[in-house]
Amino acid sequence: MKLSATERLFDIGNAILMILLIVCTLYPFYYVFMASISDSNLLIQHSGLLLKPLGFNLDAFQKVIANPNILTGYGNTLLILIVGTAVNLFFTTIGAYALSRKFMMRKFLMICIVFTMYFSGGLIPTYLLINNYLHMGNSYLALILPVAISTWNLIIMRTSFEAIPEGLLESAKIDGAGEYRILFQIVVPLSMPVIAVMVLYYGVAHWNSWFNAMLFLHDREMFPLQLILREILVQNSTDSMTTGTGNANDTQAIGESIKYATIMVATLPILIAYPFLQKYFVKGVMVGALKE
Amino acid sequence: MANSIRVLLDDIRKNRAIYLMVLPVVLYFFIFKYFPMYGAVIAFKDFSPAKGIWGSDWVGFQHFKDFFQSYYFIRVLRNTFLISFYNLIFGFPAPIILAILLNELRQKLFKSIVQTVSYLPHFISIVVISGLIIDFTNRGGIVNSIIMFFGGQDSALMNNAENFRTIFVSTSVWQELGWSSIIYLAALSGINPELYEAVRVDGAGRFRQIWSVTLPGLIPTIMILLILRIGGLMEVGFEKVVLLYNPNTYETADVISSFVYREGLAQGNDYSYTTAVGLFQSMINFILLISANSLSRRFSGNRLW
Repeated sequence: MKLSATERLFDIGNAILMILLIVCTLYPFYYVFMASISDSNLLIQHSGLLLKPLGFNLDAFQKVIANPNILTGYGNTLLILIVGTAVNLFFTTIGAYALSRKFMMRKFLMICIVFTMYFSGGLIPTYLLINNYLHMGNSYLALILPVAISTWNLIIMRTSFEAIPEGLLESAKIDGAGEYRILFQIVVPLSMPVIAVMVLYYGVAHWNSWFNAMLFLHDREMFPLQLILREILVQNSTDSMTTGTGNANDTQAIGESIKYATIMVATLPILIAYPFLQKYFVKGVMVGALKE
Repeated sequence: MANSIRVLLDDIRKNRAIYLMVLPVVLYFFIFKYFPMYGAVIAFKDFSPAKGIWGSDWVGFQHFKDFFQSYYFIRVLRNTFLISFYNLIFGFPAPIILAILLNELRQKLFKSIVQTVSYLPHFISIVVISGLIIDFTNRGGIVNSIIMFFGGQDSALMNNAENFRTIFVSTSVWQELGWSSIIYLAALSGINPELYEAVRVDGAGRFRQIWSVTLPGLIPTIMILLILRIGGLMEVGFEKVVLLYNPNTYETADVISSFVYREGLAQGNDYSYTTAVGLFQSMINFILLISANSLSRRFSGNRLW
């Protein structure tokens, strides 16, 4: 097919726009990476764009990794993530399966569930429930049970279960399989792709969440990584890591590098895993988009 | 009535395993979603923890009146509305345009690189993103050095109330642009290629093809997402507001939900008053959703329910 001049102009313009988009999206991360391995005293004098590291110095990384807060934060986040995602997966799977079967209350329950996506009691009543009535304050239960089911994920999973041919389940039933057996020996093995998507969605949500932890946790030793990050990045407090680094200027300089190193340490797991997982993430949206 | 209960009991007996499986879900929604809705009655009471939700004294619409008459009412309503509105007019069309442009790319590899890169920011935690925003807009930060390059002044941008909305909205668009485009790309893959053939035979150029085939193919998806968006209009990503704002910027940054959080939990403990404010927000959202849905049903035939 021969392209006319305007066609070619369109393609070139389009490609330039896309390259600009890539640059705008990636540059902040590139900058952080370059800044994190730069010499902190050079970095603090520098202003403007960074294309290559200024000097080379990994002190900030050493300080970040040696910081007990970051380490326990990592550990706490992993614990919450693993237990939380397991809880998510269990409740979402059995719930989605049950709601994909035919029974009398199904429609009524679906309406009640979807309604909560558009109307809620609000922040304060939810806080009072968890803190004053369920007494989950200062425990990981407050970070796991209230988010045990995401309504959106439940619907995605139910939609995917409904796509499994009815005949397959019927014949298992005739062979004498109970609902639990059908679920765990037929439906779950057939649904590994959507289950993988759920693990990723729930896992990322646990990894990134900070607000409930801020509301309900009081002991520093229990803080997940994101709360520690908030102190360092948003409230700008690197004191715990910069003590004993000499004069005030040095302290300020290394504090700046520590921020970038912290971002790298906290974001690297996602940056590394992301390209391999990306297609599963997209699959989840696709399944969700095909509802009804 | 008695009859239908008997039918239900029969159904429960027949599908015992299913009802048992759905029970945890019902409990979850009952406890964590519906109990707070019941708890929201404290908006009409003077809640005291000692007396409990039901035992506290009724005060009617007093808290709502107080809110409507307070200095904060106009401020948080204006901020919530403006941030949402800017998010809507800049954030809503952007992923549609991106999806259309991606769809026009001929190079498969290039297309998938752009997609992979553009989805990425969606997965970075809001804490890290906010940290980056604060750092880049600070004195001597990247944004300032660009401003200085064009002859502007170096300043702490996030301490100036004038800048808050611009920075908040533009970074939100940056973070969610790629990810939001996926759903449109899904819709585009469903368009019959023969339609493109047909208009091409009629001599349509690229813009004409986009206008006559691509865009009409997207309209149902656009309408559904627009309804949802309007239904959530009062819900500004408030975690990001709480991370980014400071007393210098409350004037333009404080939205209904950040106000509820600050007055209800962070500083004050005025549970009843802030519950009333939160309920006011939920009600407006719900009314917006219902109106958007019925308008769309009437004019375009697309609807959520």
